[in-house]
Amino acid sequence: MEAFIKFESTAIPLPIENVDTDQIIPARFLKAITKEGFGDNLFRDWRFDRNNNEIADFVLNNPKYSGQILVAGKNFGCGSSREHAAWALDGYGIKVVVSSFFADIFKGNALNNGILPIQVSDDQLDIIFKTIEEDHQAAFEIDLEAQQFTICKKGIHINFEIDNYKKECLLKGYDDIDYLLDLKEEIVAFENQRTIY
Amino acid sequence: MAKTLFDKIWDAHVVKDIDSTRQVIYIDRHFIHEVTSPQAFSGLRNRGIELFRTKQTTATADHNVPTLNQHLPIKDPLSRSQVDTLTENCKEFGVNLYHLGHELQGIVHVIGPELGITRPGMTIVCGDSHTSTHGAFGNIAFGIGTSQVEQVFASQCLILSKPKTMRITVDGILQDGVSAKDVILYIISKLTAAGGTGYFVEYAGSTISSMSMEERMTVCNMSIEMGARGGMIAPDETTFEYIKDRKFAPKDKEYKQALQQWKTLYSDHGASFDQEYTFDAADIGPMLTYGTNPGMGIQVNEQIPNISEYLDPKQLTKSLDYMGLQQGQLLEGQEIQHVFIGSCTNARIEDLRKVANFVQGKQKADHVQAWIVPGSKQVEKQAKEEGLDTVFADAGFQLREPGCSACLGMNEDKVPAGDYCISTSNRNFEGRQGPGARTILASPLSAAAAAIEGKIVDVRKYMN
Repeated sequence: MEAFIKFESTAIPLPIENVDTDQIIPARFLKAITKEGFGDNLFRDWRFDRNNNEIADFVLNNPKYSGQILVAGKNFGCGSSREHAAWALDGYGIKVVVSSFFADIFKGNALNNGILPIQVSDDQLDIIFKTIEEDHQAAFEIDLEAQQFTICKKGIHINFEIDNYKKECLLKGYDDIDYLLDLKEEIVAFENQRTIY
Repeated sequence: MAKTLFDKIWDAHVVKDIDSTRQVIYIDRHFIHEVTSPQAFSGLRNRGIELFRTKQTTATADHNVPTLNQHLPIKDPLSRSQVDTLTENCKEFGVNLYHLGHELQGIVHVIGPELGITRPGMTIVCGDSHTSTHGAFGNIAFGIGTSQVEQVFASQCLILSKPKTMRITVDGILQDGVSAKDVILYIISKLTAAGGTGYFVEYAGSTISSMSMEERMTVCNMSIEMGARGGMIAPDETTFEYIKDRKFAPKDKEYKQALQQWKTLYSDHGASFDQEYTFDAADIGPMLTYGTNPGMGIQVNEQIPNISEYLDPKQLTKSLDYMGLQQGQLLEGQEIQHVFIGSCTNARIEDLRKVANFVQGKQKADHVQAWIVPGSKQVEKQAKEEGLDTVFADAGFQLREPGCSACLGMNEDKVPAGDYCISTSNRNFEGRQGPGARTILASPLSAAAAAIEGKIVDVRKYMN
């Protein structure tokens, strides 16, 4: 996993609630045995019609919008636990997803792949959507160290929560397995002192 | 201090506290399938490490498998490659696999309980969100991502933050024709698709405790559809009886010792939950979904909500547009073209018996394609031994071979674009059963009745 560094980017708006992981990456594209290539099918059925033609009014097909930040309606990533959703976002170049609410499993999967889910309030989300609507070139700054999301042109700073352990992992590019492998002795000791039927 | 069932099990699995919010939790059982495991096995290989506890790991091929002619090679090269990769990985790392064609193969959440691998008091994970199913036995079971599959492979542990607890109590007697599936669809319609996010749910009350184990699994299975990581039910005599004598269940003296431990697994009187809901069984009718998430559900005699009165008008407009339905419309009478009875939610023997009992002596409507996909080889075998296959064939239903099938359409079992499918599965997301497919979630009985009439009906009219 790459270390997460402070950056500035424009954002892609997706003002839809309850975006489930079947939309992020439909099941028929889950057949790969590596983590590569999923970005091509990100939001496949919203991006392309049944004849594989681009659907013009979907935001990813609108040349006005680009960037490494996806801003989405509440309860983003609900449904299936497929980590392929995080791989698809990563493959497409998304580093941050902003929403007013995230589904649990998606949130964990994103963090395990170096994607930062930033939860803001409903009102803040509205302001971010409006900012992009007014100016699709509007830039946002993500500073994980300071836990701050900034709407650059408006000078609005939004502080976000992330637990310290995950923050350290993202900043240093570490993952949970490195930590767990160092615990082997304690895990074996735990196994030896219990009976499970 | 009075403790919840969840806290009792969680606390017994803490290997280490990392900080005030994170703990290392030991995992007793790990189920894997072909879709979410290959990258985790590659991870082990890249790190040059072994799978830490092979005996606590069980594999099956279910998501990609065809449900006809399973004895032949899988036609789709990508599906075949994924299933073959699972076989190779299990061989290389020493994991017990119920491969395609094995007499014990089936949907991962059907075979775990069926084989007695799923038991009370355990922590159980799988790279699949419907792992919540196993919680019906009074354990902590939840879905994980592939990075976490790799963590469990490597250490038999996960780093987790303790979720909040919720208790949902349902009391009273269900109306005839109303089943466990209707209960959970009703609960999700009240709490919404995000109402349980951040929580682990315990289901309680007389309605729940009078359910069979298979009905309890249906309820716990769909906990994730309201965002809850898992759902659980305190084990009781029904649970203990179900487990007894199953292939991997503790036997004889060990079973007696197990019972001593399992009987301590309940929420203490006075234990407090972060959130509580109570429902009356008598209020629940046959449920149907009209939208594109499982929270968008109504009773068969209720109208689809009006857009102006709906909490999120944009979502409702988008969903109804996709579904080809109108605000204020009744679903009763809506014509359907497909009936899918299957999935980890409703493909167990009791589901098949209920459907067979209903369709016996009746005929499906001509324009309807009616599929029954059993949850496992054992369910399929049992159904045939009981002669259900003949009942289904006589009624024009096709009994296929086990797998996840049209629940998510990873194999060739798909619903064509624009068609309506009344489905006993768990998700009505856009494109879930195939691009453009329109899914209406319902109970096996409602699905069977729709197959017969070719349209959605209130199944209660058939009840005496």
